Amino acid sequence: MDTVTLARWQFGITTVYHFLMVPLTIGLSLVVAWFQTCWYRTGDEAYLRLTKFFGKLFLINFAMGVVTGIVQEFQFGMNWATYSRFVGDVFGAPLAMEALVAFFLESTFLGLWIFGWDRLSPRLHLATIWAASIGTVLSAYFIVAANSWMQHPVGVRFNTETGRPEMIDIKAVLTNSTTLAAYPHVIAGAVLVAAVFVGGISAWMLQRDPAPSERDANALHRAVRFTIWLTFVSGIVVAVSGDFQARLMFQQQPMKMASAEALCDTERGPGLSLFAIGDPGQTCSVHDFVLPHGLSLMAEHELEATIPGVNDLNALYQQKFGPGDYRPNLFITYWGFRSMIAFGAIASAGAVVALWFTRKGRRLPRGKRWLRVASILVIPTPFLANATGWIFTEMGRQPWVVAPNPNGIPEVRLQTADATSAAVSAPMVVTTLVGFALIYGALMVVEVFLLRRYVLAGPDAVLLPGETGRRTEQLERPSDPPDADDDDVLGFAY
Amino acid sequence: MELATFWFILIAVLWTGYFFLEGFDFGVGMLLHPLGRTEADRRVMINTIGPVWDGNEVWLLTAGGATFAAFPLWYATLFSGFYLPLFAVLVALILRGVAFEYRGKVDSDRWRRNWDLAIAFGSWLPAVLWGVAFANIVRGVPIDRSGDFTGTVFTLLNPFGLLGGVVTASLFLFHGAHFLALKTEGEIHDRARRAGLAVAPVTIGAGAVFLLWNQVARGEAWTWAPVVVAAGALVGSVVAARAGRDGWSFVGSGLAIAAAVVALFGGLYPDVMPSTTDPAFNLTVENASSTAYTLRIMSWVAVIMTPVVLAYQAWSYWVFRKRIGTEHIPTVHVPGAEASH
Ligand code: HDD
Ligand code: HEM
Ligand code: HEM
Repeated sequence: MDTVTLARWQFGITTVYHFLMVPLTIGLSLVVAWFQTCWYRTGDEAYLRLTKFFGKLFLINFAMGVVTGIVQEFQFGMNWATYSRFVGDVFGAPLAMEALVAFFLESTFLGLWIFGWDRLSPRLHLATIWAASIGTVLSAYFIVAANSWMQHPVGVRFNTETGRPEMIDIKAVLTNSTTLAAYPHVIAGAVLVAAVFVGGISAWMLQRDPAPSERDANALHRAVRFTIWLTFVSGIVVAVSGDFQARLMFQQQPMKMASAEALCDTERGPGLSLFAIGDPGQTCSVHDFVLPHGLSLMAEHELEATIPGVNDLNALYQQKFGPGDYRPNLFITYWGFRSMIAFGAIASAGAVVALWFTRKGRRLPRGKRWLRVASILVIPTPFLANATGWIFTEMGRQPWVVAPNPNGIPEVRLQTADATSAAVSAPMVVTTLVGFALIYGALMVVEVFLLRRYVLAGPDAVLLPGETGRRTEQLERPSDPPDADDDDVLGFAY
Repeated sequence: MELATFWFILIAVLWTGYFFLEGFDFGVGMLLHPLGRTEADRRVMINTIGPVWDGNEVWLLTAGGATFAAFPLWYATLFSGFYLPLFAVLVALILRGVAFEYRGKVDSDRWRRNWDLAIAFGSWLPAVLWGVAFANIVRGVPIDRSGDFTGTVFTLLNPFGLLGGVVTASLFLFHGAHFLALKTEGEIHDRARRAGLAVAPVTIGAGAVFLLWNQVARGEAWTWAPVVVAAGALVGSVVAARAGRDGWSFVGSGLAIAAAVVALFGGLYPDVMPSTTDPAFNLTVENASSTAYTLRIMSWVAVIMTPVVLAYQAWSYWVFRKRIGTEHIPTVHVPGAEASH
């Protein structure tokens, strides 16, 4: 394999892996902050159990998100030096802002949250988890803005002397229409991940044998109820924002959408292929199950729009950018797009089932075997929706790493094949590719092992012995003179 | 002042912050086995840096991100040129970060022993490699016309580079020992202070040779000042440690780190990465930087955000200012520990 292919595999593997942790971190930090807020306001022990229980799972996951994120930050320079030189004037800015504005916030306040249980007043301690959550949500904004610029470069001029784009308008870069469309989609996708994660685990625990303690069960029922609604809301935001994104993408990257639909030739009022048997690969497919006018509706919200097909776009690009093949991998884009939607739909279907069971204030029935299995099986689906969504977006952009903006400056474009590092040879990339794959694989085993262990033990196990959760007891502590509690043990220590 | 120079200084500041902060948490990790005789000792040591190590590491991410934004050509050449050493650093940081979070999550000696090894490995390796990398940045490496590194890993393993590795490793050990002495009480405190004094001769010897070598090879007149400050700070730190003044000995080792970074960057300027192939191919503050517009935007962001970040990080150190000893460490409380289910 050549360096480009190897570097792409490495980027794909490490980024998709990072993005298994990321949505759970974003979503779960918000959910945990919410539980802790409920506890702060009501003093109800059930919420303390939920905060500490899901807080532990959150931390186990967070550690992996952090360490895989460091790789991301270095990787652009290591494997994609030509790319980094080309885009640095624009792309470096959001990346640096992300570190300065978001990562510091997140890591510092999370440290305070973990170790501050009995060092800070309850109100201040609650504020630390919110600050960390805000950090995660901000970090997503900057990174999505950076990514969106590669999808749809704006806010630059082209310097013919250096052959590089130069930023002339930071506001345009940070309010890129692509960013504004993708950001709510990504955040809602992350919340969906956490909602299904928390809801699935809670529902599963209510079904298991031995049954959880009464106090745990009480808390878990609340978690189920809360996450059903959260799944609905985030599911709706994902769908609405996704539809918005799709329409924008028809204008900005028509090739990506045409290939997502395996639409070979330009058609008027094309149908939406729901499912193709046959080969939506490099040859165009027979559309087997087609929703009449569906694609036209999706792209333009009208029945008889004319949508350009892959072959015509390819010819157009060859005319504009010279000979070459400008089609992405149709198999990946077609199935990636469908998998994303299908996995998201499964997750939402789970919430419908749960809603039926809990209608009119009923509690989720317990001890049902099929429900136990279903609660576990639904947990991975939003993760898969996120992963396939990114794979679709990123591979649908190929062969470009910086896709030309149809209404922008045509020179601002870069092909992936031209973006690698001259100083890095194929054997070097093989070394790091294999190295990362092995370490990531091993760490995944460890993470799942730990998550499983803590889930099995249940909320009872993460409360300190004798911890009742009455907020009032804690309230008194901080007013003690600073040195009076010298002999306290540390709250949530390692 | 010119913006590119301002950013050169800012990046030096970010590296100073990184080496000052992560320097001591590397040091604590490096000392984990020599000083932590019992499980309780090791938990005390890890808990001294527990709340802050991730925040410290973000200084590295910010230095990296700022280099990308302000000097994309430097970022590209450096990160692709030092490819395999950086990969090793990444592996170390991955294992170390996960180890901090996971070592206490299962109550088993074997489990903890393995993660402790990961912490030690993950602290030693970057502590050495950062020194090798920085020595080579200031010394210069083969860079061709298009700005690409043309050497191999072995190019980096020259005497000056290796000495740089010894300097950072011993300096971080020294700094970490003082941090531990400052943050702990009882047995560990005494052991940490002795460890600081024990490594002092190596730190001072290697540091002096390295800084003088650098000063003679590429120093400016004014960079004698940071060299002298570094030397004075190291000596002062030892004197303070002998007198039992933990706070001052920590300030001394921290000041030495800062002064050393200033001396190195001072000698480097106006280059950011000199080429040993041909001085015409040197990457400089001028030819490697972003446009004035980008630098201006980033300056605003830095000017507004840096004080805010410093304020809340300082506050977090304040919250956890108390010394800890084995009596503050709770009994192991994880699923399965007391067979609670
Ligand atoms: C929980 C996850 C999830 C779910 C249920 C969906 N998506 Fe999605 N989708 C993503 C997670 C995701 C993602 C990982 O967040 C992506 C990848 C890049 C991005 O911005 O969001 C994405 C990208 C993405 C794109 C490409 C945007 C681009 O090229 O930048 C479109 C057009 C859609 N989605 C549309 C939809 C529609 C119409 C959905 C359902 C009705 C949908 N997505 C469900
Ligand atoms: C976190 C979610 C993301 C995922 C899951 C993801 C996934 C991927 C995948 C699968 C590829 C490989 C495409 C291929 O081989 O054809 C890729 C390529 C790439 N992505 Fe993303 N990406 C993500 C976010 C980003 C962001 C935020 C950026 C930039 C800030 C980015 C920059 C790149 C670059 C530079 C490549 C080049 C390598 C290539 O095209 O193969 N990605 N990404
Ligand atoms: C490919 C480009 C990306 C880079 C360079 C990158 C960089 C990083 C880095 C360096 C960290 C560790 C920060 C720490 O130590 O606290 C991190 C964590 C994080 N990243 Fe990424 N990231 C990328 C993709 C993404 C995307 C697409 C999102 C969101 C949509 C995202 C959101 C986060 C969040 C929320 C965290 C903190 C939570 C966690 O660590 O699990 N990142 N990222």
